[in-house]
Amino acid sequence: MGRNASDLVVFIGKRLVQLVPVVLGVVVITFFFTHVAVQNPCAIWAGPHATQDQIDACLVRFGLNRPLTDQFWSYMTNLAAGDWGSNPSTQISVLATISAAFPATLELVLASLVIMTVIGIPLGVVAANGAGRWTDHLVRTFYLSGWATPTYLGAVVLAIGVGPVLGLPTKGDFTSTPTFPRPTHMSVVDALLALNFPAVGDAILHLILPASALAFLNLGIATRMTRTSMLEILPLDFVKTARMKGLSEFLVLYKHALRNALISTITIMGITAGVLLSGTVVIENIFQWPGMGAYAYDAITGYNFQGTIGVVIMFAIVVVLSNLISDILYGLLDPRVEWR
Amino acid sequence: MTETAPQTRNSSSRAEATLVSKAEASVLRDFLRGLLRVLRANPLTFVGFILVLILSVLALLVVLVPVVTQLLLGHTILLTPFDPNELTTDYGQPPSTSHFFGTDNLGGDIFSRILTALPLDLAIGFGITGFALLVGGGLGLVAGFWDRPGTIGGVVSLVILRVTDVFLAFPSLVLALAIAASLGRGTGPAMLAVLVTWWPYYVRLTRGEVLAVKHQPYVMAARAAGVSEVRILFRHVLRNLLEPLLVYYTLDIGTVLVTFSTISFVGIGVPLSVPEWGSMVELYRRFLQTQPWTVLSAGGAIFVTVLAFSLFGDGLRDILDPRSRRALVQAAIPSTLMAKAAAAAEA
Repeated sequence: MGRNASDLVVFIGKRLVQLVPVVLGVVVITFFFTHVAVQNPCAIWAGPHATQDQIDACLVRFGLNRPLTDQFWSYMTNLAAGDWGSNPSTQISVLATISAAFPATLELVLASLVIMTVIGIPLGVVAANGAGRWTDHLVRTFYLSGWATPTYLGAVVLAIGVGPVLGLPTKGDFTSTPTFPRPTHMSVVDALLALNFPAVGDAILHLILPASALAFLNLGIATRMTRTSMLEILPLDFVKTARMKGLSEFLVLYKHALRNALISTITIMGITAGVLLSGTVVIENIFQWPGMGAYAYDAITGYNFQGTIGVVIMFAIVVVLSNLISDILYGLLDPRVEWR
Repeated sequence: MTETAPQTRNSSSRAEATLVSKAEASVLRDFLRGLLRVLRANPLTFVGFILVLILSVLALLVVLVPVVTQLLLGHTILLTPFDPNELTTDYGQPPSTSHFFGTDNLGGDIFSRILTALPLDLAIGFGITGFALLVGGGLGLVAGFWDRPGTIGGVVSLVILRVTDVFLAFPSLVLALAIAASLGRGTGPAMLAVLVTWWPYYVRLTRGEVLAVKHQPYVMAARAAGVSEVRILFRHVLRNLLEPLLVYYTLDIGTVLVTFSTISFVGIGVPLSVPEWGSMVELYRRFLQTQPWTVLSAGGAIFVTVLAFSLFGDGLRDILDPRSRRALVQAAIPSTLMAKAAAAAEA
């Protein structure tokens, strides 16, 4: 194993192959929990006024009276054929809902990653540079506050307290349902593609609060990691050399030291994908953002099993892929890493 | 030869035992000394330490006072000023001397409700994290220590790792919500949901640490001296994992608490009749503008608790990790002193 392009391809291929058993496992676990633990979902799906006959008809219709292994097998064969099922109450296809909701969540997560990077990393540098002094204590208090604030509390305060004060929108992705086509389902991108610039502004305004809520929670991860690795790097000889050469403090910190410290920060950012996705469940629910998190919540609380499994599959794929991406970035940034 | 062998082994293990107990004492002394030094040098860690202590004692008192007074006096005395489920006639009062954190729209005393929830939330934090540490840590030890391919241990460790990978691919909150929703609303199901999702992190962490430690020369030396594998695992390997695991455990208590209260917040955890901080935030969120003390007290309780454990755990890492300890000490020395020292060295 080495460091050339073909090694990288083999490495990526291997990891993608490993994705298959992970997704299978995730499906099995979720299927088991939903189908075994919920005794009679038909009583919920058919509504509160359903008669016993209607409930029985529902059981037959969704195959819930068949043995569990049969149900699992037919679900898996459908899944393999590209049919992810549908919402039992509304008959809307799971795959259609996900393909509209997923880009919206991606947009939210990317926006919050930008906020995390732009604010979180410089804070970490400042803290490490003044380690043990008041700047360090201040930054540590700030990021630990973000860490200690439950997502829902931050989101509630931003949505009900801060939003109205600043006049920022707190619901949905546009003020009124857009009339232009939505090819990507990312609000800002769609508005840009339609060359509708007032809508672009509207979309960005709608993005600010939910993205900040998501970023605030995870700001600490970027800051803490940057601080820790900067603490290790600042006493090293090459930093002293840079200082002795008479370079400005800014260049020493942000060009020479930070470049080396960022390796671990970037790695940890990839691993936070799971945390961010968990965060979207609460944040999208509070801000009524039309993404995967809101859909996950609806599917879970509505006993929409196929929807739940669909969301979980997508989340698992994203988590595994973002771990892979962070590994690749790690390898590209650190010349000592070999693809294995 | 066969007769002397057990003797030598006995004496060597006795020598080892005294060595270990000496090392144990010095490790403990070093740790306490380091703790004191850092607590003094690092005010934030000190604050965290004190807060954790106060919260734990308070939680114990909230549980014990009613039980003890019932036993001694024959009637229960609550530590809280009001019964948490009692509805007073003061509706929606702001904080005052009679209601420290104010009252909600139905007249419930917020301070009493928050204090009553403290033992539940703390116990969940400690308990679930402890369970995850034991189960995940145990599996991680096995998976890291006996991982030679082709042996039974190798197969077992491969199975453990694959199952862990599957669980790690779930965003934990989503799986926990799915489990909690399937099992129906209640404190038990919500706890079980977090329990099921929490252990995999510890497998990863422990295994990584075991892999880093087990090829160290002192482990090889112990093996060469004929120390049994199980003994090596517990005496030599596990000992060196305690520090990172302790740090992670401390930091994680807050995270578990947040996850548990999130399940309550979205309405599928603790029933509303049981005071719990997350469900209180959910219950009061529509009053954020009109009666902000309701939401902010409940949210503040979680915030302070999680912050306490984070500050303490974060500081603990600085104490226990030699690399960041050295950097911290170096950074704490004022640069003028360094310059003086450099000048002295030159002269």
